[in-house]
Amino acid sequence: MSDTPFVDIRHAAKSFGALEVLKDINLTVERGQIVAIIGPSGSGKSTLLRAINELDPLTSGEVWLEGVQINKKLPHRQYEKHVNQVRQDIGMVFQHFNLFPHLSVRDNITLAPKMLKGMSTADANKLAEEQLANVGLSDKIDVFPSRLSGGQKQRVAIARALAMKPKVMLFDEATSALDPELVEEVNLVMKKLAEQHMTMIIVTHEMDFAASVCDRVLFMDQGVVVEEGPPSVIFQNPKEERTKNFLRKHLSR
Amino acid sequence: MDIDLILRVYPFFIEAAVVTLQLSVLTCLLGLACGTLGASMRLSRLAPLRWIAAGYVSVFRGTPALIQIFLLYFGGPQIGIQLDAFAAGTIALGVNIGAYMTETIRGAIVSVDRGQTEASRTLGMSKGQTMRKVILPQAARMMIRPLGVNINALIKGTALVAPISVIELTYTAQRFIGSTYKPFEMFLIAGILYMIIIYAAGQGIKWLDRRAQIV
Repeated sequence: MSDTPFVDIRHAAKSFGALEVLKDINLTVERGQIVAIIGPSGSGKSTLLRAINELDPLTSGEVWLEGVQINKKLPHRQYEKHVNQVRQDIGMVFQHFNLFPHLSVRDNITLAPKMLKGMSTADANKLAEEQLANVGLSDKIDVFPSRLSGGQKQRVAIARALAMKPKVMLFDEATSALDPELVEEVNLVMKKLAEQHMTMIIVTHEMDFAASVCDRVLFMDQGVVVEEGPPSVIFQNPKEERTKNFLRKHLSR
Repeated sequence: MDIDLILRVYPFFIEAAVVTLQLSVLTCLLGLACGTLGASMRLSRLAPLRWIAAGYVSVFRGTPALIQIFLLYFGGPQIGIQLDAFAAGTIALGVNIGAYMTETIRGAIVSVDRGQTEASRTLGMSKGQTMRKVILPQAARMMIRPLGVNINALIKGTALVAPISVIELTYTAQRFIGSTYKPFEMFLIAGILYMIIIYAAGQGIKWLDRRAQIV
């Protein structure tokens, strides 16, 4: 382990007008680590995640990935070039999949590698095949997203993100929009990624998953990290009253 | 009804229908060009461009097309713009319908789910790449039918160039009424020919729309 953390969020703060959604948050993630962010809705956990790749830029504070500052203040053109570059290293998976409906599964996966990395069609096709095999959907390569189930869509979305060979993957409630019986297939893909030592930051409502897969759990409420630690501590032995209250509601189910 | 008369004037109406068709096609192309430019300005990051486009839309939608045609054709020479009737009519109508198309195109673009932009930008694609490869292909499908409504309106709107003596369907009907005193027959022929053009355009739009929705 190097002395600078892999992902380093320093004094992150964000407000929408008078509303402070993130208040001085510090978070470091080491390479290969898997961090879950839990908390009630409106706690700022998605906003924090979306700040990491500048989808929701911070009001103040810094985000670093492997020694590169993601949220550099630059003149517009340079800033755009910079974020387009650094975002290639940060995969993101959304609650609502956001597959491109006008493109086949293959083209969903190959679009960015072809455009941004100048990959040839043959290489990109091979990459798509690999990535689909990885998520167990090799037979769907020429299908359009509208023909897939929610679980399959999310697995394609994961394959699409992984095709850019990111350094870190962000999951924003990746299973929240799925029917209960489809959650497991997506969780299995994420577990497989964990075994492959992908660095992951996961915003989730699924405590069991967080407990079984993650190295660390952050509990956020009202824009601050209330408590963090290994899942065994957070889930079985939380110190803070707010954490206990939250978990009581979510673990009983 | 004077069938004999109808058969005699019929060829002149066909010629006039061709003019109406030419007007429609040119107006449509100019409208699409103005609409595309207008929509991109409306969605620009630069405020002055957005203001100019918003001003364009509200001026041209907020005044009668007939006034716009008269202003260009009759008023133009006064400020050094000398155009023949067909050109003046086409330009005025095209710029006019372009204002409506600006809103149609902009509406289709902004109706593409935000998640599409987010997914694309997250992969590292630029705003331009996202627009070209992700947003526009989806917006294009959504704008076919509303653009069809604009096109329907513009074909009917070509009748507004009759007062500046473009020899299209409405003008031709009026001219023959002057010599035959048979307004029923003349407007009936003109109406039927308009309907054929509009029906054909409508079928074309439907065909495009079906093809676009195959996915």
